[in-house]
Amino acid sequence: MNLNNSVFDSKRGHRLRTKIEGRVVNLFVSICAFITLVVTFAIIWNLLQQSIGFFSQVSIIEFFTEKRWSPILIPKSFGIAPLVVGTFLVTVISSFVAVPVGLAVAIYLAEYAPETVRKILRPVLEVLAGIPTVVYGYFALTFVTPLLKIVFPEMIIFNALSAGLVMGIMIIPFVSSLTEDALISVPNSLRQASYALGATRFETSIKVVVPAALSGIVAAFILGLSRAIGETMLVTIAAGATPKLTFNPIESIQTMTAYIVQLALGEAANGSIEYQSIYAVGILLFVITFSMNTLGHWIVKRWRNVY
Amino acid sequence: MIMNNEQNKSNIILKVKNLSFYYGAFQALKNVSLDIEANKVTALIGPSGCGKSTLLRCFNRMNDLFSNSKVEGQIIFDDLDIYTQSIDPVLIRSKIGMVFQKPNPFPKSIYDNVAFGLRINGFAGNYDEEVERALIQSALWDEVKDRLKDNAFSLSGGQQQRLCIARALAIRPDVILLDEPTSALDPIGTVKIEDLINVLKNDYTIIIVTHNMQQAARVSDKTAFLLSGEDRCGILIEYDYTQNIFSNPKMKETEDYITGRFS
Amino acid sequence: MSIDLKLNQNNLSRRKFIGIVFLAFCLLGVLVAMMGLISLLIQVILQGYEWVTPNLIFNYPSRHPEQAGLWAALIGTLYMMGLTALITVPIGIGAAIYLEEYAPKNWITSFIEINTSNLAGIPSIVYGLLGLSIFVYFLKLERSILAGSLTMSLLILPVLILASREAIKAVPSAHREAAFALGGDKWQVVKMAVLPTAFPGILTGVILALSRAIGEAAPMVAITALVYITFIPVTPMDRFTVMPIQIFNWVSRPQDDFRGLAAGGIIILLILLLSMNSIAVILRNKFQKRSEE
Repeated sequence: MNLNNSVFDSKRGHRLRTKIEGRVVNLFVSICAFITLVVTFAIIWNLLQQSIGFFSQVSIIEFFTEKRWSPILIPKSFGIAPLVVGTFLVTVISSFVAVPVGLAVAIYLAEYAPETVRKILRPVLEVLAGIPTVVYGYFALTFVTPLLKIVFPEMIIFNALSAGLVMGIMIIPFVSSLTEDALISVPNSLRQASYALGATRFETSIKVVVPAALSGIVAAFILGLSRAIGETMLVTIAAGATPKLTFNPIESIQTMTAYIVQLALGEAANGSIEYQSIYAVGILLFVITFSMNTLGHWIVKRWRNVY
Repeated sequence: MIMNNEQNKSNIILKVKNLSFYYGAFQALKNVSLDIEANKVTALIGPSGCGKSTLLRCFNRMNDLFSNSKVEGQIIFDDLDIYTQSIDPVLIRSKIGMVFQKPNPFPKSIYDNVAFGLRINGFAGNYDEEVERALIQSALWDEVKDRLKDNAFSLSGGQQQRLCIARALAIRPDVILLDEPTSALDPIGTVKIEDLINVLKNDYTIIIVTHNMQQAARVSDKTAFLLSGEDRCGILIEYDYTQNIFSNPKMKETEDYITGRFS
Repeated sequence: MSIDLKLNQNNLSRRKFIGIVFLAFCLLGVLVAMMGLISLLIQVILQGYEWVTPNLIFNYPSRHPEQAGLWAALIGTLYMMGLTALITVPIGIGAAIYLEEYAPKNWITSFIEINTSNLAGIPSIVYGLLGLSIFVYFLKLERSILAGSLTMSLLILPVLILASREAIKAVPSAHREAAFALGGDKWQVVKMAVLPTAFPGILTGVILALSRAIGEAAPMVAITALVYITFIPVTPMDRFTVMPIQIFNWVSRPQDDFRGLAAGGIIILLILLLSMNSIAVILRNKFQKRSEE
């Protein structure tokens, strides 16, 4: 039996052409996948290279211990603390909104909501998630800040509180969808066991489902906060451009991301220390968000219950 | 439907009266009536799809968890119809417990699994004693007494199922519903559970659904045989003492089933 | 043992009460989320609707609010979106095909997968810095729309890969097995059995990824340095601006009129996004319907 002759009269060289096509495609898609590795490498290399230039002129100790950040105005000072604290302040405020609301929405969707409500609520959350962050910045500046000024008359227009609250609203869908995924992945057999013992829906949700999904929930919070830390336009518009080491939310501050934007707008000369300072801040930002993302993913992997 | 008249002397704990059950428009059970005797093991048998699990889940109102379920008829438990509007199913379930086909312990420690029912019902006594009692009654105590804090998933399948039984026993229900409790276990695990059932019936009333006729013959005192026709609606064909069902069935369908003419 | 329903009733009332309080708390959370969205939309519409005029769409930016418009930014956005799609779609789909169909199950593949999900979580401004160093300065593309599109391609690449993978994963293995059984080799199976079925899902993913690109301002700020742009890009090497940057520009000005302009611009932007997402949703539904037949 000759395997090379098929029953059909196939075109001359069809098999060969197909084979070559297959090889080319194989090569192409492999390259595509490896491009993702190249991108990561490029990001890290880029940040490192410019930062090394920066840290050859500014000592790391000064970077982390100095309390003033003033790369342009004399007297120059390169202490990162005000930017980090500013980022931290906005992020913490946002977590006060996003964590309880995200959790409440997720539990409601996963354990309580009837199908009709789910059909409305999920698209609403998707819309919330799809709104560009400049719009949130606009909202913070033109709606939330005037509102807050009624409560805090001494508040300045650019402040951490307004940005933080709106940031919280912005990341609600992110936190709630990850949390909901974690809750849904708890098998129904556990809920049934709980009901069969005479538990109410509340008791089943809180004492069985949430503990079983805990690793996913914690990861959702960490990833949500990482998102908040990396967010740029909202804080640039609403939180201010004055790096200040303060924990007072009604004051004007500057986050790491806002500083980068500020310098990028100013067209700092390529190679100058001001230009390199963007990368120093950038690499710190990268390290923080990367660690949090890795931590979040690791928590899910390590603590996920295998049923 | 044929019933044995000698039951006048025994103690009836659950009375099913003309029970019909619907999932939405689909009728799964039609006009089922039978009396469950206390401290006996009653088996529900029949081919797959005949409604025996549905019937079992009516006893503790687990079917209420489906939004389109509808019940007609009554199930009387201690002079009260459990389907009365004003009664919350949560209360029923603390009196009528259930063990499922596939062992489903919570991802908590062995101790916390057994104590769970006690905690949610606000038990105010000595937890350690009750947990020990439940584990002894489910023949698991000797195997786990030194590792109560271990995660339940560190147990074998058979042990997990006995843990689920202990969990159900902890709140001292009157009736225990077993939904094919050994079909996911190996033969050794199965034997252990069947021995357990023989002991438990002294303190509890047991209703067991099984697709294994030999198991029904081994463990039960009374057997109910259900069958569904082309409309997939289950009806009770025959209900009698187990030895009668298996050696001297009165209905042709029963005889056909137990002799394996259809499964 | 006999039942005493009344004794348990007291305990049960308390437990049910706690359950109701909790449900109220959950609903409060839902309310906060919805109120956030509603107040945002109302604010935008109220402040912006009177600014949505033909001027807004067809004029170039100006120091006078009544004459200012989005034209440069609108064309820039569309141009950038097209260029980005050209670059990122083949790479993204290619990578997804590799990961789902070709990749062997070893640590390299896991590493690539982990790496891709990490890339998705990197702040967008970091991509901007990458684009600044590599595309603007190193490759000497200057602050062109090409540099911007390349940067944006990298930014949405992980999102696109993820969405495409989902679409490919959703193709039932029965399709593949049938094609293999008929004597197809790997690429033939992918080309003729997998991709056609996955195509609507992939298309949805592409549209959603691009709609993400439209809203991103941060990396574009790093690339363009936001000089006042009053022309539209023609060649890929031209300077450019995009809608979110123009909106950002207007929001940053203290005059009320510019805030109103910003709101008007936001309305246009949201309409654009809404259209794209609607197309994606319609496609997704059509796809689901077809696979259920």
